Amino acid sequence: MTAAQDLSLFVRRPLDGVAAMDLVVEGVHCGACINAIEAGLRKQAGVRGARVNLASKRVTVEWNEGALEPPAILERLEALGYPAHPFAANTVDSVERAAEQQLMRCLGVAAFATMNVMLLSVALWAGADSDSNSATRDLFHWLSALVALPCVAYAGMPFFVSAARALKAGSLNMDVPISLGVTLALALSLFQTIAHERDAYFDSALMLLMFLLAGRVLDQRMRRRARDFATNLTAVRADRALKLVEGGEACETPIAAIHPGDLVLVRAGERIAVDGAVEDGRSEVDQSLVTGETMPIAVSAGAAVYAGALNLSGALRVRVTKEAGQALLDEVNALLAKAMEQRSSYVRIADRAARFYAPVVHLTALATFLGWLLVGAGWQHSLIVAITVLIITCPCALGLAVPAVQVVAAGALFRRGLLLNSGEALERLAEAGTIVFDKTGTLTDPRPTLANGADIAPADLALAGSLALSSKHPLAKAIADASGAKAPLSGHEFPGRGVSTLHHGKRVKLGSVAFCNAEAEAAPVAAAFPDASLIALKTPERKVVFAIRQGLRSDARETVASLARGHEIEILSGDRRAAVELVARELGVARFESDLKPKDKIERLKTLSAAGKRPLMVGDGLNDAPALAAAHVSISPVSAAHIAQAQADALFLGERLAPVADAVNFAVKARRLMVENLCLSLVYNAIAAPLAVLGYVTPLIAALAMSGSSVLVTLNALRARDA
Amino acid sequence: MNVLVYLVPLALALGAFGLAAFLWALKNGQFDDLDGAAWRAISDDDLPEDRE
Repeated sequence: MTAAQDLSLFVRRPLDGVAAMDLVVEGVHCGACINAIEAGLRKQAGVRGARVNLASKRVTVEWNEGALEPPAILERLEALGYPAHPFAANTVDSVERAAEQQLMRCLGVAAFATMNVMLLSVALWAGADSDSNSATRDLFHWLSALVALPCVAYAGMPFFVSAARALKAGSLNMDVPISLGVTLALALSLFQTIAHERDAYFDSALMLLMFLLAGRVLDQRMRRRARDFATNLTAVRADRALKLVEGGEACETPIAAIHPGDLVLVRAGERIAVDGAVEDGRSEVDQSLVTGETMPIAVSAGAAVYAGALNLSGALRVRVTKEAGQALLDEVNALLAKAMEQRSSYVRIADRAARFYAPVVHLTALATFLGWLLVGAGWQHSLIVAITVLIITCPCALGLAVPAVQVVAAGALFRRGLLLNSGEALERLAEAGTIVFDKTGTLTDPRPTLANGADIAPADLALAGSLALSSKHPLAKAIADASGAKAPLSGHEFPGRGVSTLHHGKRVKLGSVAFCNAEAEAAPVAAAFPDASLIALKTPERKVVFAIRQGLRSDARETVASLARGHEIEILSGDRRAAVELVARELGVARFESDLKPKDKIERLKTLSAAGKRPLMVGDGLNDAPALAAAHVSISPVSAAHIAQAQADALFLGERLAPVADAVNFAVKARRLMVENLCLSLVYNAIAAPLAVLGYVTPLIAALAMSGSSVLVTLNALRARDA
Repeated sequence: MNVLVYLVPLALALGAFGLAAFLWALKNGQFDDLDGAAWRAISDDDLPEDRE
C-alpha cells in the first residue's frame, strides 16, 4: 500500500494532548501475545501506553498528540506480526456495555442483600422465632426490611421498567408477574413486621431477584460477546476506499468518511466499497455478491456500480452517489422496507407462556382471597393467604426457563462458528419447515477456484501459475493458487486482457480467450462448465483453457443432505439457469429457480409462508437482503454484503456450510428444552400453588421451593450444550 | 442477646464492604477482560532482566 492513510475518524481524545485509538488485532491468543504487543508498542517513541483486551481481541493505544502519525501504529503492529484494523466503537456497542454494567451492579446489590437477609432468616428458621423471643424476631424482621427495601428498589429496576413498558403497551410479559410478586412479597412482609407477626418473605423476594438477575447478566454477556465479535469482523473487513483528493493523490479513507460526490479510485482486483457511477475507466466487474450473477459484466463511464462488486480488469474512477437513479439499490431498499413492515411481530415462547400464565395466577389469587373470605377467615387473613399465592407462583423458574437455554445454546453455537443476532432467532429457527438457499456465495465458496484442474497437464499448470503470479486479476489468483507456483515470471500486463512474457525464448500468454485466440479450444470447456469463467494459456506449441468458477463449499453436499432429512430444500438464485441447475444436480436438490429478481424471491417465500412452511432463508447477496428480511428466519455467511448481514438473524463463519445444519439441530433441541423447562416450572407451581391456597406455606417452604425450581431449570438448560 | 448489638452491625458492615469492593472492581474495568487477566497473572513482565 503506497497510498497515504486517513485514520482521523478513529482517533479519540480522552485527555488534553493525548490521542487514543482502538484497534482490532488479528492472531492474539495468549499471554505471550499480550506481552509482545504491549511491550512492542511502548517502545515506539511517543506512545504513552497500550492495553490489550484478550477477550475481545482488541488493543487500545494512547499516544502524545502530534508525537506520531496514527498509521505508524498500524505499521508497528504489522511488524510485530499482528495485523491490526482500527475501529470506531459505535453507539449500539456502548449502550449494550452500559446495560451489562447496570445489570452487574444490580446483581451485586441483590447478592449483598440476599446474603445479609439470609443470615437473619436462617437464624429465625433455626429457632430464634419461637414465641418466647418475639422481640428478637421483630428486630431481625426490621433489620431485614432495612436491607431489603432499598436494595429491591434498586436491583429490581430492570424488571419494574420492563413490566411498566409492557403494561403501558397493553400487553403482558414475564416481568409483570415477577414485579408484582416481588412488590407484594415486600409489602406483605413489611405489614407482618409492623403487626409483630411471624412470617416475613424478605429472603424469598431477594433470592428470586438474584437468580433472575444472574440469568439476565449471562444473557446480556453472551449477546455482547457475539456483538463484539461481529464488530471485530467488520473492522477486519476494513471497508476503506482510495479517495482522490485535490492534486490527483489517492488517500486511503475509511468508508464512513466518504460522502456522496467524492471521487474514488478502484484498482484492478479490488472490491468496490461504495455505490456510485463510473466517472472514467473501463473494466469488467464481478457482481456476484450483489446480484448472484457469476458472469462478469463490462462497465465503462456512466455505468452504476455497487458496493461489494469486484473490479476485475482495469482501474475505475467512481463518483460516489447516494441519490436515486440506481435501479437495483432503490428496488432492494423499497422491497426491504416493505418486508420489514410485514414481518409479523413474533411472540417469544416465554411471552406466550406469560400471557397464559399471568391471568391464571392472578385469578387464582383472587379466588383464594374470596374463598377464605367466604369461609369466614376475615379479610386480613384472606388477603395474606392470597398474597402468599402470588409470591409462591411468582415465575422465577419461568423467567429463567427460556433465557438459560438460550445462553447455553448460543454459547455452543458460537464455538461452532455461528453468531446469533437475536435471542428469539433460536425459537424461530426451530420452527423452520423449508430451507431456501441462495446459490452464489452461499452454497458456493465466494473465492474462485480452478474447476478443470484434472484435465490440464501439470507442466502447463505450473507455467500458467508462475505467469499468473505477476497479474493482479482475481481469476489469475485462482490459477496461481491451484498450481502452487512460488516464483513469478515477470510479464507485461495488458489491463483487462492478460499477461505476456518471453519464457526460454518463447512467447507465452495468459489471459482472456480472445487475447490468446483460443476460441476453438474454449468451446468444449465452456460446454462442460457452463458456470465458469475461462482463462487461456498460449504457447507456440499449444493452447490450454482453464475453467475457473466458484466451487461448492467443501461440505455443502453433506450439509444439504443432512438438512434434507428433516426439511424441504430449495435453491433460489439470481444466476443463470445452466449454472443453477448444475449446482442443484450436484447437491441432489430437486426444487430450484433461476434468474430471480429480489422481488421474485420474496414472492416465493410468501407462497411458502402461506403454505405454512415457515422458510429459513440462507443468502448473502445485496439481492438477498429483502428475502432475508421477509423469511421467517434467516442466516448469512460472514462474507455477505453488509445490507444482507444486517437483516440476517445469524451469521456463520468460515468456509464450511456445516454451521447452518448445526444451527437448525441446536435450535430444535433448544426449543425442546425450553418447553421442558416451562413444563418443569409449571409442575412446580401445580404442587406449590395448592399448598399456598390452603395456607400451608411458610417463608422457609417458599424460599426452598423457589430456589429449588430455579436450580432445576438451570441444570436442565445446561443440556443444550450438545445437539 | 447483647452480642447482637455489635455482631449484626459487623455482619452488615462486612457485607457492605464486599459490595463496595465489587462495585469498585466493576467500575475499574476488572471484569472487562477475564481471559487476559488469567494470562497476566503468570506473565513475567516484572522481571528486571526483561528490560532491554
